[in-house]
Amino acid sequence: MRVCLAGDWTLRFLGPRLDALQGHLRGVGGGAGWDLSGVSRLDSFGAMLLWRHWGRRRPEGLVLPAELEGVFGRLAELGEARLEARAPYRWLDGTAQVGRGVFGFGRHVVQFVALVGQLCLDLVYLLRYRGHWPLLEISANFYKVGVQAMPVIALVGFLIGVVLSYLSALQLQLFGADVFIVNILGFGIIRELGPVLVAVLVAGRSGSAMTAQIGVMRVTEEIDALTTMGISRYVRLVLPKVVALTLAMPLVTLWGSSMALFGGMVSANLQLGLSFDFFLNALPRAVPAVNLLIGLSKGVVFGLLIALVACHFGLRVRPNTESLSANTTASVVSSITVVILVDAVFAIATRSIGLPR
Amino acid sequence: MPAHPVELRGVSTRFGQTWVHRRIDLAVPAGEVVALVGGSGTGKTTLLRQMVGLLQPAEGEVRLFGEPLASGSRADQLARRRRFGMLFQQGALFSALNVFANVAFPLREFGIRDEGMLRDLVLLKLAMVELGPEVALRMPAELSGGMVKRVALARALALEPELLLLDEPTAGLDPDRSAGFVRLIRALHKALGLTVILVTHDLDTLAALATRVAVLSEGRILAFGPLEEIMRVQDPFIERFFHGERSQAALARGREQG
Ligand SMILES: Nc1ncnc2c1ncn2[C@@H]1O[C@H](COP(=O)(O)OP(=O)(O)OP(=O)(O)O)[C@@H](O)[C@H]1O
Ligand SMILES: [Mg+2]
Repeated sequence: MRVCLAGDWTLRFLGPRLDALQGHLRGVGGGAGWDLSGVSRLDSFGAMLLWRHWGRRRPEGLVLPAELEGVFGRLAELGEARLEARAPYRWLDGTAQVGRGVFGFGRHVVQFVALVGQLCLDLVYLLRYRGHWPLLEISANFYKVGVQAMPVIALVGFLIGVVLSYLSALQLQLFGADVFIVNILGFGIIRELGPVLVAVLVAGRSGSAMTAQIGVMRVTEEIDALTTMGISRYVRLVLPKVVALTLAMPLVTLWGSSMALFGGMVSANLQLGLSFDFFLNALPRAVPAVNLLIGLSKGVVFGLLIALVACHFGLRVRPNTESLSANTTASVVSSITVVILVDAVFAIATRSIGLPR
Repeated sequence: MPAHPVELRGVSTRFGQTWVHRRIDLAVPAGEVVALVGGSGTGKTTLLRQMVGLLQPAEGEVRLFGEPLASGSRADQLARRRRFGMLFQQGALFSALNVFANVAFPLREFGIRDEGMLRDLVLLKLAMVELGPEVALRMPAELSGGMVKRVALARALALEPELLLLDEPTAGLDPDRSAGFVRLIRALHKALGLTVILVTHDLDTLAALATRVAVLSEGRILAFGPLEEIMRVQDPFIERFFHGERSQAALARGREQG
């Protein structure tokens, strides 16, 4: 049999008719002679198609115009290039996966401790050399995580306060215990809800931003540039974020709690007819001041943890977009989890402080 | 193929208050290798971005393969985009994909599903830019600067484009590899009649490859023609660019290759 090819053998032309063409090719048996002298254009896709059909060698009696020699020469040179094959999945791999997970978690812990340790060392250094404090960065970060977060926190806090107050009021009215709305809102918001709510918002808003920022600086080698200038990434990038968020969080918590209380107060006024005057006077009597202190200390601790977790994950980003997105997600999820765990620890540690007996 | 795969008609570009280009007219004839030269920051990269529609001109019109860029149905536009390949100045590899997946990406998008065929094609493209199968499984972050350039070139070549736009293809390559690049482009050009637009500061490559040179200066095309003609134009920029001692030596070297 003799096969004569003609016309364009290019990806653009063959692509849409690939299936039909491969059917035709399969119909051509082994010992056929090939004549390519009618081919007007042949790109490496068309050549590869033929080459694979020929079993990666020139068939006997091939008629090949001189200008097509180059393409097939390149294919012959390539030979039987192989990729490293990926090992097939075995049942033992599942166990290995678990083991890798455990070691991975161990590495996280070690790196996190190393980060905290490095920050402590840097703090000691900065206590000795006062002039090296990254004050500008701290202030800029404070503005970003604190001041710019105020509107959204006010909105969410206010609405949560309204809803909480409304639902509680419905129940209290049944028992005629209207005035206890002040106790419920006071304890609930100042001690528990305010700090946790704000922490969740800040983790989503600022924690993710911190991870992404440090991560992108890794991707674009900006951190390496800083290092070559002799500037420590911990002092210049991590410390300002940690300090700023630790300082800003209690204030933001205070703001969020106040807004939630305000929302609750408005709702109580509408629903139960409690006057603002009464609410504000009853609040300090119902809720001892130490509860505010507990709420604000939670703010400090949560802020510290969120910033540390965010920076930890940011520094783990490898220079590709997939790793960036994975670490940003992990950062937000971990910091919210950590906040809730630590909140439980707080609840146990302060169970005999500031509560009515 | 139409007579002019790329045609700019009175194209102006503005960023904020600064005009980068002022009414540029340029028609690139089919089957030519056009070198776009100009000082750093004169808007060569920006002009390439205009050609492929990444930027909208403030004035004027860009025609690709004889039609306005945004004309026709979605399918037409997609088909038009698959007819050219672009090599970005920084490579622009997908950082989350390894080298193999980067080069295979356009092929998969085109609809080639046969894994064996894909593997052979990708390894062929990599071999064309002098990269062996051992780099195929590395991530872009694990490559040297010159290797990034070459992988990006392999990706630009993946769909067998009729038009290649190359932004400083030889920056970061050693002289040996630059010569290899020149050979590769010359071979493709001869076999398939490719049209190539390349931005370059590398006079060796320019002299060896370019059939025409476009000089961009102060926001307009100062001159457009074969190298010999350009060399005769009286202009301070051309004087400095082509007639310095180092330039003469580089041009002579390039002509030897050519
Ligand atoms: N997105 C942008 N916004 C504002 N100005 C820009 C933008 N992109 C480019 N420019 C400006 O346009 C001009 C041309 O930039 P362009 O990148 O095209 O230069 P170039 O000729 O490619 O230079 P080089 O040879 O250094 O790569 C520069 O002055 C640059 O500052
Ligand atoms: Mg450029």
